Amino acid sequence: MSTDIAATEHPTGAHGDDAHGDDAHGHAGHDTTEHNKPDRYYIQVAIFLAALTAIETSTYYVDFGWAFLPVLLGLMVIKFVTVILLFMHLKDDHKMFGMLFYAGLGLAVFVYVAALLTFRFFG
Amino acid sequence: MVDTAVLTDHDVPADGHGDADGHGATSTGLSNNKLAMWLFLGSECLLFGGLIATYMLYRGRLGGGPGPDQLWDIPLTSVSSFVLLMSSLTMVLAVSAAKMHDDRRTNNWLAVTALLGATFVGAQVYEFTSFYHEGLGFTTSLFSSSFFTLTGFHGVHVSVGIMMLMALVGIISKSKVPGDKAEVVELIGLYWHFVDIVWIVIFTLVYLIPA
Repeated sequence: MSTDIAATEHPTGAHGDDAHGDDAHGHAGHDTTEHNKPDRYYIQVAIFLAALTAIETSTYYVDFGWAFLPVLLGLMVIKFVTVILLFMHLKDDHKMFGMLFYAGLGLAVFVYVAALLTFRFFG
Repeated sequence: MVDTAVLTDHDVPADGHGDADGHGATSTGLSNNKLAMWLFLGSECLLFGGLIATYMLYRGRLGGGPGPDQLWDIPLTSVSSFVLLMSSLTMVLAVSAAKMHDDRRTNNWLAVTALLGATFVGAQVYEFTSFYHEGLGFTTSLFSSSFFTLTGFHGVHVSVGIMMLMALVGIISKSKVPGDKAEVVELIGLYWHFVDIVWIVIFTLVYLIPA
């Protein structure tokens, strides 16, 4: 039985003493990995996301020329994927969860891009 | 992959993947609650995809009413976007604290998350009010209808998230969380992060890219 459990990274730093590899209620090795990371890691990710938001906002004031649209869409995708993978833990979680979400996301993108094409939105 | 057809309840917990907290073992070895939440979020993509596509189609149909160029307050929206983004940080810190069984820190981060969410909703209410005073009602144009529907639906999602967060703070304080506390916090966290990623898309497509 393959369960795709990723390696555990236990919290360190200020809360290292409180780190519990196993749940006190008998949840050791639950359906997902214990994807706890130190708070510092999440703060770094948030700073990264805030910096990207600042760049996004700067496009309103600074002329990016032909790169305006690609930069904005690229930043949007990077922020979107970063939150999904790191804050929602899909990077370390069981693949089944990702499949369910990506199926909905993929279907939505396909259906509505097709709809917009039908209405000649991109023309 | 797990061959669910041949698994029985006796097979699953052997490797520790059953839910041992009164929910019973699942045939997949995965939490049904978490599977349901991810499935729900996948279906939410279709809801918001439809609303965003509708807005994209109608954003140029001003019908004589004011348009984005006259209305958008990008500094305000940027700040509220930043606030919502930071609420994702506080939410993930709450999940992290819950996994370490630190109820006090969990509750503190959940409360901060709710506060940041309320700030975002407050900014949205202020924005809607100012748009209305500038002549943009819900039925003014196809643009206004699609805009208010999209951002309004998102605001309702944030509001529902705030209610869930505050309810969770209450039941954690009273130690009445049913089942796995960390999982309950994580499930609400998933919903909250989803609301955040939807806003990431809305902020770019609606506010930053001109019609």
